[in-house]
Amino acid sequence: MVLAEAKEPNPEFTRKVVEAGGKTVNLCFQCGTCTGSCPSGRQTAFRVRKVVRRAQLGFEEDVLPSDDLWLCTTCYTCYERCPRGVEIVDIIMALRNMAVRKGYIADAHKKVAQLISKTGHLVSLRDEDKALRKKLGLQETPPTVFAHADALEQVKKIAQACGFDKLVETGGK
Amino acid sequence: MAKHAFFLGCIMPLRYPGIESSTREVMKSLGVELVDMQGASCCPAPGVMRSFDQQYWMAVAARNLAIAEKMGMDIVTICNGCFDTLFEVAHKLNHDPDLRKKINKILKDATGMEYNGTVKVRHFVELLYRDVGLEAIKSKVKGGKSLKAAVHYGCHFLKPSNIKKIDDAERPHIFDDIVEAAGMTSVVYKDKGTCCGAGGGVRARTPDVALKMTADNLKNMTSAGVEVIVDCCPFCHLQYDAGQVQLKEYKIPVLHLSQLLGLAFGLEKEKLGLEVHQVKVAL
Ligand code: SF4
Ligand code: SF4
Repeated sequence: MVLAEAKEPNPEFTRKVVEAGGKTVNLCFQCGTCTGSCPSGRQTAFRVRKVVRRAQLGFEEDVLPSDDLWLCTTCYTCYERCPRGVEIVDIIMALRNMAVRKGYIADAHKKVAQLISKTGHLVSLRDEDKALRKKLGLQETPPTVFAHADALEQVKKIAQACGFDKLVETGGK
Repeated sequence: MAKHAFFLGCIMPLRYPGIESSTREVMKSLGVELVDMQGASCCPAPGVMRSFDQQYWMAVAARNLAIAEKMGMDIVTICNGCFDTLFEVAHKLNHDPDLRKKINKILKDATGMEYNGTVKVRHFVELLYRDVGLEAIKSKVKGGKSLKAAVHYGCHFLKPSNIKKIDDAERPHIFDDIVEAAGMTSVVYKDKGTCCGAGGGVRARTPDVALKMTADNLKNMTSAGVEVIVDCCPFCHLQYDAGQVQLKEYKIPVLHLSQLLGLAFGLEKEKLGLEVHQVKVAL
């Protein structure tokens, strides 16, 4: 019998995942409790156990470009139930950060990220919002970065210092 | 009761400002003084923003924490997402001196501020339960209809429970207790405690997948004869409210706990901002 050629594990990539916050990745023994708990996996073909396995074996090319990585709602159910204490959400976050750096970021996400980069908020302030706020007896413009230009400048400076503004403009490429 | 720095976030002040006015009124009547955090920003969101760049996520969160620290107050938020980010980042910075140094360097260069680890981050449900207490809440209730309520905890209020240590993540009770103190009956429904579907950037990237998760929850709530959904997070609130309109099959009114308490305490309905809800609220 000839076995299909097996892929070689890549410990270098696994090490990167560990360093980026996925320090418990090697504890996984593939029981599947996570997949069985996953509300997103009920609706889709996303199997979080497989994502953890690929990260563990260092199969970078299988995991970073994959849409699966983005189907996790970060609900933490798997994280709570994992019998090995694998911090699954932290692993997913580490992988997503690496994926974004490689340019794997959806347009819808780019838009959200650009909004916070420009305005300091994830939601816009429209005239109708101001009107309703006034009607409710609230300050028309919330007392956040919306009302303080210097505060917004500070948030923009943080984005520059972290390279976040460039990351989301170019998608990391 | 001690003054608290009131963290607004994004969805509450901009899409459901009625949650903000209800929270201000309800907390005032319970003796909790809320002080605005001038110049605060997005928390930033723990699913979507943390996914892109954790360093940026932590540095912006640290700025928000530093604002409260300067005020000399603990933070209170009515949003699970804001709670998760601010709580988790404070936890990380408190427990990892090297990380704190690194984030503080970015923060100081950009803002002149530093975060020294003295701020507690509170979710208002937990603050109501622990600091205000059920009896004080009951004493404010003016009566009104008793409805069958689906209490939706959402994910990031209690989880990850190893650091939040608020209530049992699988079988919690504190939010149900408050809803019952307000005169409602909290009903058991299948898969209670399941994510609304919106988090982690799923709503923005694959809204159809998010909606399928919402639909499962709505089906289970409907089978249990639920008359109102009560949430403690404006993002879950948005997902249930807008989601039902998209799904067309359901029209269960959705209330944030602050609005439910507002109704129970007999606040003027005009202060609750219910008219912007997509599913009509006639309670
Ligand atoms: S529940 Fe934990 S140990 Fe089991 S497969 Fe998932 S990550 Fe691995
Ligand atoms: S945290 Fe993500 S992977 Fe884990 S159960 Fe929730 S949606 Fe699934």
